[in-house]
Amino acid sequence: MKKLKYALFTGCTAKQSTPEQMMSTLAVARKLNIELIELTEASCCGASHLQDYDDFLSLVLNARNIAYAEKHGLTMVTICNTCQLNTAMTKHRLDKNPELKAKVNEKLAEVGLEYKGTSNVIHFLYAIIDDFGLDKIKEMVVKPLSQFNIAPFYGCHNIRPSELHDESHKQKENPYKPTSLDDLIIACGGKNVDYEEKNKCCGFHVELQAPHTAAVLTGTAIAGATDNNADMMVTPCPLCHLKLDTQTKSASEAIGREVSLPVLHMQQMVGLALGCTPAELGLQHHVTDVNFI
Amino acid sequence: MSAEKITTQKVNFKVFRFNADEDYLPYYENYTLDVTSEDVVLDVLNKIKWEHDGSFSYRRSCRHGICGACAIKVNGRSTLACKESMTTMIEYFGNDITLEPLSTKRAVKDMIIDKGDFWEKHAAVTPYLVADIDECPSCENLVSPHDAEELNEADLCIQCGACHYACPVVEINSDFFGPAAFAAAYRFEADVRDNDGDRLINVNEEKQGVWDCVKCFECAEVCPKEINPIEKITKLHQMAFKRGVAKNNVATRHAVGFLHSIKKHGVLDEGGLVLYSEGAHIVKHIPVALQMFRKGKIVMPWNMPKSDNLDEIQKLIKSSSTVKF
Repeated sequence: MKKLKYALFTGCTAKQSTPEQMMSTLAVARKLNIELIELTEASCCGASHLQDYDDFLSLVLNARNIAYAEKHGLTMVTICNTCQLNTAMTKHRLDKNPELKAKVNEKLAEVGLEYKGTSNVIHFLYAIIDDFGLDKIKEMVVKPLSQFNIAPFYGCHNIRPSELHDESHKQKENPYKPTSLDDLIIACGGKNVDYEEKNKCCGFHVELQAPHTAAVLTGTAIAGATDNNADMMVTPCPLCHLKLDTQTKSASEAIGREVSLPVLHMQQMVGLALGCTPAELGLQHHVTDVNFI
Repeated sequence: MSAEKITTQKVNFKVFRFNADEDYLPYYENYTLDVTSEDVVLDVLNKIKWEHDGSFSYRRSCRHGICGACAIKVNGRSTLACKESMTTMIEYFGNDITLEPLSTKRAVKDMIIDKGDFWEKHAAVTPYLVADIDECPSCENLVSPHDAEELNEADLCIQCGACHYACPVVEINSDFFGPAAFAAAYRFEADVRDNDGDRLINVNEEKQGVWDCVKCFECAEVCPKEINPIEKITKLHQMAFKRGVAKNNVATRHAVGFLHSIKKHGVLDEGGLVLYSEGAHIVKHIPVALQMFRKGKIVMPWNMPKSDNLDEIQKLIKSSSTVKF
């Protein structure tokens, strides 16, 4: 197989509150011999909030990020569900609307850039599954997670709106019965846990303005996984990870029940199965201890 | 006429049953039915009633996706029964299908729910045109095609409630208006003839308003008329800033804070954003922040990463900004 090569849009949390996500992404890429060219020029995607204030500016900034991936002639890979949504949504809107694309390009021309629409935008989860292949990962597993029940937590912005995500996926993901993360758990030798909250919202985006709502959603998700005998959760989204890993106290208070589960980033789970060390994957950076490894 | 042959298959249905007058608790009844490739979900409801149990109750009327009466949940997914093809549902969920009302806790009888909260919220956003129009006008109130386009199909809403009862916030915060009411508010706010001064302010209020939307896209996913309610919620946010009615609170500062951060660093300064949004209230985040600091999850201001070619980003912010706060 030809060596896979992508332009990596790290997003902001990978460099700040979830350093373990950056570490594990690079560790897994090394194991799988995937080359990642980091887009160091990229700005924040606006995290679905900047567009509430200034939609056009949000489009211009996201188009600029994609333009840098296009300059490399590479597919852009994201490692955050919300980066994925914002970037793919920008691509969708510009590709469908030549007038808007022209307006955005008029601005980008001021800094010598152009958005062409030539680079696809996919989350690393789907790069691994669609491009690298689950069967190949399965063959490479040296330390299967066979002792664990693992609860997948998909994160809204990778599965909804499904119409948008279907444009970039090779295989459709059913937002009501998603399978990608379950399949990955199984490929890593773990047992996937089915529970109602796996495709639900973690509440991250209203943590400041509606803390009670956010905490109830987080608590309900962890409780759902716990009640279905999960030993841990796994998520492809660093924002979900932040909620599930660092906010268990407020979540427990909100639902009136003590809840806490170790939560792995999708990359950490794959990394463990492929034989990376816990330190390489940054497990020491979790607030809720991953103390069974 | 389609040349495709109609096929039939057996499907197992698990159907929610409850009669608020007689039952303490709901229960599920199982039916195995022949489902054809032409059937919609409503055909299944009819089969249950007509062939198995005449007491089975559900709302139905137009059978054409117009009246909005027959919305229920299929395997947890809000759907309009008369519009949703069973073939699609089987593709989605296989041959074991669960039929439930839109909200089990609001069930009155089987699929019929008390939609009172939905209608209350709907009424609360003044879902009609407010305009001072002369009783005997000399000409029509013209709306240009361009202005009509601004409604973005929001006027196609049939008030079926699919999005409202798919919204996780509605279940947690009983004050929250919900996606359908917001779409209705947008429909009239975007109407050039409307001059209601309070609606936009009302839907921007904390606790009940658009700022509590968790951005989960459940509403966009389920809407049978493809209205995309969350897009309307985003537009209501933008309108509030554009028309200068956005209040200076944690929610609006959170949106504007992204701009400040991107201007300074290119990337988001997470700590700076929380400080900008919360102001003095940042103290409540200190316990969690300390835990995160100990685990190496907090970057100090002097170590903040910056995007390469930051000058480009700053230049674009200067030339492309369309709003001031």
